[in-house]
Amino acid sequence: MSTVTGAAPLGHPERSERSAAGDAVMLRYAQDDMRVPHGLVRRWSGIAVALVVVGVAVPVANLLVPETGALHLSDYAVQLIAKIMCYAIAALAMDLIWGYTGILSLGHGAFFALGGYAMGMYLMRQIGSDGQYHLPMPDFMVFLNWKEFPWHWALSDSFVAQMALVILAPGLLAFVFGFFAFRSRIKGVYFSIITQAMTFAMMLLFFRNETGFGGNNGFTDFKRILGVTIATPQTRMVLFVITGCTLIGFYLVARAIVGSKFGRVLQAIRDAESRVMFTGYDPLRYKLAIWTFSAVMCGVAGALYVPQVGIINPSEMTPAASIEIAIWAAVGGRATLIGPIVGAFFVNGAKSVFTQYLPEYWLYVLGAMFIAVTLFLPQGIVGLFRRVRR
Amino acid sequence: MVLGCVLLSGTAWSLTPQQARALAVGETEERIAALNAQLAGADEKTVALIQALSDDAVKFTDSAVIVMKDDKGHDPVTGAEVAVPATAEDVVNNNQMRSELDSALATIKLFSKDDKVRAEAVKTLQGEPDEAKLPLVEKAYAAETVPAIKEAIGHVRAAMLLGSADTARRLEASRSLGESGTPATKTLLLERQKVETDAAVKGAIAVALGRIEGRLKWGERLGVLFTGVSLGSILLLVALGLAITYGLMGVINMAHGELMMIGAYTTYVVQNLFRTWLPGWFDAYVIVAIPAAFLVSALVGAVLERGVIRFLYGRPLETLLATWGISLVLQQAVRTIFGAQNVPVENPKWLSGGIQAMSNLVLPYNRIAIIVFAVLVLAGVALLIARTRFGLFIRGVTQNRRMAACVGVDTAKIDMLAFSFGAGIAGLGGVALSQVGNVGPDLGQSYIVDSFLVVVVGGVGQLAGTVVAALGLGVLNKLLEGLSGAVLAKIMVLVAIVIFIQRKPSGLFAMKGRSAEA
Repeated sequence: MSTVTGAAPLGHPERSERSAAGDAVMLRYAQDDMRVPHGLVRRWSGIAVALVVVGVAVPVANLLVPETGALHLSDYAVQLIAKIMCYAIAALAMDLIWGYTGILSLGHGAFFALGGYAMGMYLMRQIGSDGQYHLPMPDFMVFLNWKEFPWHWALSDSFVAQMALVILAPGLLAFVFGFFAFRSRIKGVYFSIITQAMTFAMMLLFFRNETGFGGNNGFTDFKRILGVTIATPQTRMVLFVITGCTLIGFYLVARAIVGSKFGRVLQAIRDAESRVMFTGYDPLRYKLAIWTFSAVMCGVAGALYVPQVGIINPSEMTPAASIEIAIWAAVGGRATLIGPIVGAFFVNGAKSVFTQYLPEYWLYVLGAMFIAVTLFLPQGIVGLFRRVRR
Repeated sequence: MVLGCVLLSGTAWSLTPQQARALAVGETEERIAALNAQLAGADEKTVALIQALSDDAVKFTDSAVIVMKDDKGHDPVTGAEVAVPATAEDVVNNNQMRSELDSALATIKLFSKDDKVRAEAVKTLQGEPDEAKLPLVEKAYAAETVPAIKEAIGHVRAAMLLGSADTARRLEASRSLGESGTPATKTLLLERQKVETDAAVKGAIAVALGRIEGRLKWGERLGVLFTGVSLGSILLLVALGLAITYGLMGVINMAHGELMMIGAYTTYVVQNLFRTWLPGWFDAYVIVAIPAAFLVSALVGAVLERGVIRFLYGRPLETLLATWGISLVLQQAVRTIFGAQNVPVENPKWLSGGIQAMSNLVLPYNRIAIIVFAVLVLAGVALLIARTRFGLFIRGVTQNRRMAACVGVDTAKIDMLAFSFGAGIAGLGGVALSQVGNVGPDLGQSYIVDSFLVVVVGGVGQLAGTVVAALGLGVLNKLLEGLSGAVLAKIMVLVAIVIFIQRKPSGLFAMKGRSAEA
């Protein structure tokens, strides 16, 4: 027994060298973003195109082109794209923390859901007395025989307060959790596992009826947002445009972060944390800042997701849901900014096709994606394109 | 219907038509009085009539009582066949009458020659103490020879005495009831406490209640400890395989739960094979399932190592994602082959039932077997790693791969064998789980978070740490469950673990020195 306890944990010297080489490759790709002589035009033309698609092309194709027209975009397609754009924001958040800082979170689903629940609380209050029981309380509270709102619902009828909560709830949880974790220098797989435990605990908590978030049914049957009926094509289109602009906005912010000195330190932490410390930087602050920002991004994504999909429940907090966010980023390409967005669209596009036509094969495909990407495509789809172009 | 065990010699007199009529017809209270009056001297015919009344097989007319048997009428006194007039009405028993009939029958059954019938009868009587049956119970108590049944009859007697109008009797009864420790006597005493007026008896009841509660508490505490150890031993079986693949080899295997699932499904298949081909040996199927599950899971593990994991050594985060993908594929494969529903795995006879350790504490055999099994597997793994050549190679490759290769160890082969060994242990865990829980495609998912936490809390690469962490988490979980319910307990345990890891990032048994930073 004593000999067993003396064994070293992860001793593969030549293998860790190999992985260091792999990281160097990743770093080179990361630098590519900066080194390629982007002119002002090249830098911003893609953004302009994206803005036009989100702000003009899709609304026109959905609302103005007649349904028989070849260019008509159905409501279903708009809703699907909106949903995937929310996922893309979450994937971008995952990329900042995993791709650029080297910290794999398996708990981002919890932040996504927290933002969603904060929005959902407001939407539940907007239902007013139009629920099944025609009482001012949400149906699930009536069902539990609650006479007044619990304390955490105190501000739920104020849109502004709930939007602040969309940012504060995931932000605060991430800040506290991250502070203690990073301070104890928990990293690598350990960090991944305790984030998984975190989202698992949150899921159990939200499954309880007593927590006051509707138990396993969560929130659904929304009627209005800011007094406007939520189900009309016009409202949906406004939400779509807001989501698209948010995605583009976060992309720009992420680009600014990655290109800044702050972002360079993050990548240095990813590649050699000890050396960063010895050069006089305190990794705790950098990691904590990007971790909290990433969580807030996820929360905003969740808040945009709920009114468009029309439901939020604790299943968004299952460990599986969080790992899927990681796979979107991995499939698209880590340590690139466009990668996670591409990945979110690719994986979720494939998911909706498969679940519609070949539902029993979807898990095989998803599982194969996990394996194939880690084995053959460490830089994801974007890396594949770059390799082909070269 | 052969209750020919009415041994009330001497006092027995035969059933008269008047008595039969009193039992069957009239107001409920009067019938109950008649029933209790006749019980002490009941003969076979009375018993038969009571049984028939309880079975709703009695009719009555203005002048006669008729027992129905196979659609024919019989006279209860003579037993002769009689015609059933069209005017005959069914005897209707209300709930009170029915329970009186049942307890009367139970009292009579106290004199059966069959131990099981007597034990069963005592159980029925425990619920409804009624002083009217006291003489019979006293008699049965005196005649009883089996100690366990005698004790039980004694309690019934005391319970009946407790309802007595005589203060001295009540006093004696409350004292003797204090000796027992069943929840039923506690309820009984509590009920009496409410209506009791005599101060002395009240005091005696309070003392008895205190003693019973103390004993019940012990039962509860031991019960919590046992379920905790039982959960801990399951976690240990799950985490042992992980301790090898993760702890010793540095591979995060998210498909570990699915390897357990494969073990459980192997058990299911072996069970079905036994049922079809060797029904006489069915109870032995678990014994065969153990090596079968080990081999199947180990084989799948070897394929995974060769096909996927060997390319990912030294990249733990990538391994994590790839093995998650593997787990999805394995789950779906099982759904395709066996269907999405849970499959039934039956306990063999020697694993069902349990030991009645205390009145409120039953130790099920399957749980005990799992604890024993976990200890055996643990001993096997520890011996194999510490004492065999294979174990030496695993330790050597873990500590210094290049040096091991230099002295001629085939490191790639050792990697594969160690991984499939860990997978085989997972398969063994699957056999154990199939005996206590549902076997379905989601089986692995429900344990994967827990088992990783066990390994992390115990400290990576530490078998001893894994054992302490598994048992500790199991008992802690069940303790908190008793205080605050299952879900909150789980949440509290998770929070406790997260806080614990903050304090001790490398687990309970941290490695010291240079190897700790490797």
